[in-house]
Amino acid sequence: FTLSIYLSIYLSIYLSIYLSVCLSDSAGQFFSSGHTNNWAVLVCTSRFWFNYRHVANTLSVYRSVKRLGIPDSHIVLMLADDMACNHRNPKPATVFSHKNMELNVYGDDVEVDYRGYEVTVENFLRVLTGRLPPSTPRSKRLLSDDRSNILIYLTGHGGNGFLKFQDSEEISNVELADAFEQMWQKRRYNELLFIIDTCQGASMYERFYSPNLMALASSQVGEDSLSHQPDLAIGVHLMDRYTFYLLEFLEDIHPASKANMNDLFKVCPKSQCVSTPGHRTDLFLRDPGSVLITDFFGSVRKVEITTEAIDLTDPIKEVEERPANGDVHKEMHSYVDQLPVSEIIHQKPKQKDWHPPDGFILGLWTLILLVFFQTYGVKHLRHIF
Amino acid sequence: MFLSERRRGQLAALSIAAVVIIVGVPLWWRTTETYRAWLPVSQIKELAKLQLQLSADVEVVFARGTVTPEQQKKVPLTQTQEEERAIDGDLIILFLILLIRNTKLESKFFSCHVLFLPEDTALRYSTQADLYLLAFQDVNVYIGQRRTALLRIGPQMRVGKTLEQLLAHLEPRIKQVLQVMSFSHNDITAALSDRVRFSPDNKESIADSMRAFKSSPGYEITFSLLNPDPKSHRLHWDIEGAVQTYIQPLLTKLSPVANFSIDSQTLYYTMLGVNPRFDTSRSAYTLNADSLAHVINPVEARLGSNAASSNPVLNFLLYVPDAQHSPLYIQGRKKQEVPSNAFHSPRWGGIMVYNVNGFYGSEPEFPVDINIDMAKVMGVFLAQLRLLLGVQSSTPPPGFLVARCGSTGLADWELDRLMWSRSVENVATATTTITSLAQLLDQIGNIVINDNIAQQVSSAVTSLQLAVAELEAGNLGFALQYSKEAILASEKAFFDPSLLHLLYFPDDQKFAIYIPLFLPMCVPILLSLLKIVSEARQRRREKQAKKD
Repeated sequence: FTLSIYLSIYLSIYLSIYLSVCLSDSAGQFFSSGHTNNWAVLVCTSRFWFNYRHVANTLSVYRSVKRLGIPDSHIVLMLADDMACNHRNPKPATVFSHKNMELNVYGDDVEVDYRGYEVTVENFLRVLTGRLPPSTPRSKRLLSDDRSNILIYLTGHGGNGFLKFQDSEEISNVELADAFEQMWQKRRYNELLFIIDTCQGASMYERFYSPNLMALASSQVGEDSLSHQPDLAIGVHLMDRYTFYLLEFLEDIHPASKANMNDLFKVCPKSQCVSTPGHRTDLFLRDPGSVLITDFFGSVRKVEITTEAIDLTDPIKEVEERPANGDVHKEMHSYVDQLPVSEIIHQKPKQKDWHPPDGFILGLWTLILLVFFQTYGVKHLRHIF
Repeated sequence: MFLSERRRGQLAALSIAAVVIIVGVPLWWRTTETYRAWLPVSQIKELAKLQLQLSADVEVVFARGTVTPEQQKKVPLTQTQEEERAIDGDLIILFLILLIRNTKLESKFFSCHVLFLPEDTALRYSTQADLYLLAFQDVNVYIGQRRTALLRIGPQMRVGKTLEQLLAHLEPRIKQVLQVMSFSHNDITAALSDRVRFSPDNKESIADSMRAFKSSPGYEITFSLLNPDPKSHRLHWDIEGAVQTYIQPLLTKLSPVANFSIDSQTLYYTMLGVNPRFDTSRSAYTLNADSLAHVINPVEARLGSNAASSNPVLNFLLYVPDAQHSPLYIQGRKKQEVPSNAFHSPRWGGIMVYNVNGFYGSEPEFPVDINIDMAKVMGVFLAQLRLLLGVQSSTPPPGFLVARCGSTGLADWELDRLMWSRSVENVATATTTITSLAQLLDQIGNIVINDNIAQQVSSAVTSLQLAVAELEAGNLGFALQYSKEAILASEKAFFDPSLLHLLYFPDDQKFAIYIPLFLPMCVPILLSLLKIVSEARQRRREKQAKKD
């Protein structure tokens, strides 16, 4: 006779109970952080030569993160302008972070994923939420999962509640908080560290409401973040103060280091930075003292010894030889036509959606009507006005 | 009829106001509203409060000598048993219902066949039926390669016991077997880790859930041979044949779960990033467990990936140490020997160190030609692949003996187990995605919902409903297929690029846009209407004064 076993499970979406896994440090060191891979999204939002320091900021964080182990395939680097090959750069192919050209943060193997005008608010939000068109290559995507720790670094010009992108648009703190919430809904991160080095940077993390977020900013609301040192040979300020001291702090970190987040909060006190750096940890589940710097800036892999192996005894089958008589039909591969000129020439104009007339046209017509009434119908106007 | 000037003016103002209100406002509203296709919101809400029933059919056969014929006749057709378990103390409840049916063998898919044997059984080895010697005294259950489990009936079940006692003895044992072979409370909770971060009793479950890749429609597997010293070693590995013989059967068996694509590469002059230490007691170089964590990153920068898709990548690396650092052994955390000489990283892949100094011969002339023993290498990689895909289950309870998996590397019941957890995980993930998408679209009234998104959402909802129905009926294959379709449709809908437009449109900006357009137009209309009203009131007062 047969037995059948039924199992029923009630699920509810309105349940959001996250029980943090508390493990003792010694034996549970393996899985105490709960993440298996690291990602970094580093964004510089300003262009023009005099914003050299923002590019240098981003590149120095990029350099530290690479040195501590995160590979290029896990870093999304967005630079809004090209300083290394800028016409005004007296030392081409270099971006320096210390005066007297001590440290070239551009290096030989920098991999910029979004460059120039590709760095827009829309692309940044698309990278975060994953809503990229299907043709986007892997290197431009943030392919994180629920066990990824992500580091997000933004720098540029900002204000109270917004960050300026490319001198033409802004991202607001509400949009950023909503983007992080969408990431949480889709479990695109395990923990997220958000660092921002702009004026009034603390306003950008005020609106966060998703769990497992930790945020650091270089200045409070109402304060400006100042730049560090100009280099007279290059002619611009090379770094911002907060990132300069952050880089100094990170140079002391190596992959096996045990420094924790409390040390990071102490970077650049008011005496050095002139502005007051701020941080926010109330949404973070773990105690910041137990979070290692390398949990976000480095990529220390968890490793397990393989204790078992499967005993395979079959001999290797011979792979079938392809018939040499040329009968086999080889697949013809060819490159996609990069610029389909004939299609472009004969293309019909795209159907655009109809929009109501703009303000200028309405104003123009109002003017015309007023003039008309002025010349021909003064009597009627008197009844209206 | 000739109207006075004033009357004409009033009529003009009134007709302009009428045109603006009756024609203009609705036209403006219609042309500026965002297109939002209809979504099945009520069905989505119903799915969110889902009641999943997982039904696993078990066939129980009694061998001769276990029960008396009288007992056998009295076994009822059906019997149910319910069990409630709450996950997280609140809203997730687990029911277990046991049904005993007395029927002939139906041609339906059974999750497991349980064979009860008498207590003092010692079976002979038989190749056809996967039976082995059950001679060990403390082994009560043997789980075979396909879906059979052999249970030794306990000494209590001698003749003379009543039917209730028989059933009371049987049910917990069958439940235990089913928990190992199909699914258990912990497995289902782990599969639902998307919604609930649970704190299980043991670290092993956390490790299991962190190690295996999440359910994905496809995976890319890359085999790499690292040769840091081509001057000393000329390595030959028959990777195509090895993959075809050893790995492909496993992947073919796993094809209902996911698609796999395999490629391989050879890398020269790639060193491990760590310096091994020379151990004089073993006269070999050793890498201890703590330094293994730093091996992967420098190597990963050099591994290319030709993956054109966004599927997760599993990397399997075979490292042949250079002649100066041969032989190289891996040490465990307590300095113990590791026979496989390999380690793996959760959700990444595995690395095996293959020592070739044994192949040198008496007077080696560099470079030495070496043929790598692919059977040994693939044995290790296959074991790591099983772990990373989530096939390996936790240690079975005491008294259980599990047969070694066959040459495909996967027992049938292990495949079933994987399919159960994947189905539940897919259904849970798709439900979460659809529900959060519906919430998002509800909250932000400005997002345009195109027809294709609505269609994807509807198809995801349909697939989810079908998957739930199939899980209830116990058709594992169909359930998994529908759950995969549901996941694909829901991910496509959630990650559609068009859902980003007008994400955040603050109200004050709306005012700033519309006021310069409409205020100059509305002011004369309003003023003229007010003038009309005041004149009418004045006339009424005059009429009143005249009357009086």
